[in-house]
Amino acid sequence: MRGVLAFLAGSLFGTGLLVSGMTDTTKVQGWLDIFGNWDPTLAFVMGGAILPMVIAWRLTHGRAPAVGGTFPEPPRVELDRRLVVGSVLFGMGWGLVGLCPGPAMASLSYGGVGGVVFLVSMLAGMLAAPTLGAKLDRVANPA
Amino acid sequence: MHTEWIWGLLGGLIIGLGAAVFLLGNGRIMGASGILAGLLEKSSRDVRWERLAFVAGVVGMPLLLRPLIAPETETHLTGNLTLVIIAGLLVGTGTRIANGCTSGHGVCGISRFSLRGIVATVFYLLAGALTVALFRHGLGVI
Repeated sequence: MRGVLAFLAGSLFGTGLLVSGMTDTTKVQGWLDIFGNWDPTLAFVMGGAILPMVIAWRLTHGRAPAVGGTFPEPPRVELDRRLVVGSVLFGMGWGLVGLCPGPAMASLSYGGVGGVVFLVSMLAGMLAAPTLGAKLDRVANPA
Repeated sequence: MHTEWIWGLLGGLIIGLGAAVFLLGNGRIMGASGILAGLLEKSSRDVRWERLAFVAGVVGMPLLLRPLIAPETETHLTGNLTLVIIAGLLVGTGTRIANGCTSGHGVCGISRFSLRGIVATVFYLLAGALTVALFRHGLGVI
C-alpha cells in the first residue's frame, strides 16, 4: 500500500510538473529574471500547489496517515546557518540552468544528455553535502 | 501564449494533490531532494521501496503523458555542460545542507506556515534571481 500511494503521489507530481511547464528551464529562469522579460507562471504553480496542501495539513489534525504511523512533527522554528547557506547555494544552481530536483527527475525522459549530466552532478552534490555541512558547522562554531 | 498561467495553476493543483496523497496516505512530506537523497543512504526495505515507487512515478508519468498532452514541451536546457555540472553540484549540495528544495520547503513548508520553509524559499528565490541577473544581464552567459 505504501508503495502504491507513493507511486500515485509521484505520478501526480510528475504530471503536474509537465502540465505546469516547470520542466521548461526557460520558464523557470524567466520567473527568476526580474530585470528582464519576467514570466509569472511559477507563482501560479506555487500557489496552485500550496492550496491543496493547506487543506491537507488541516486534515492531519487528530488523525493518522492512511497506512498507519504518525504525521510529521510540527516544523522546527529555529533558523540556522545551514538553512540559509544551503538555500543560497541551491538558488544559485537553480538560477544558473533553471532546474531543481523535481523537474530534473520529471524531465529525465526528454531532457537529453544534459538532463542526465545534471541529475548525476546533483546526486554527487548530495553525497558531498554531509561533509560540507559539517565544515560549515565548524566554521560557525570553532572548537 | 497568454493561457500559460492557467496551465501553471492546473499543474500546480496536481502537484499539490500529489503532496496531499503522500502526506495523508503515507504520512510523509513530499520533498523531491530528500526523497532522492534518501535513495543514496541506507534505509529500511519499506522506506527504500516507497522512495523508489515515488521516483518511478515522477520519471515515468511524464514519459507516458508527454507524447499525448504536451509533445511540444522541451527542457531547453543549456548546452554548456560545464555550467550544467556546476549547477547540479550546487543544487545537490545546497538542498541537502538546507534539508529541502522547492517542493519540501516551498510547497509543503509554506502550506503549513513553517518559518524555516518560508525563510528557505526567500533565500533560494533571492539567490536565483541574483544569479540570473548577474549571469544573464551582467556576464551574458545564460
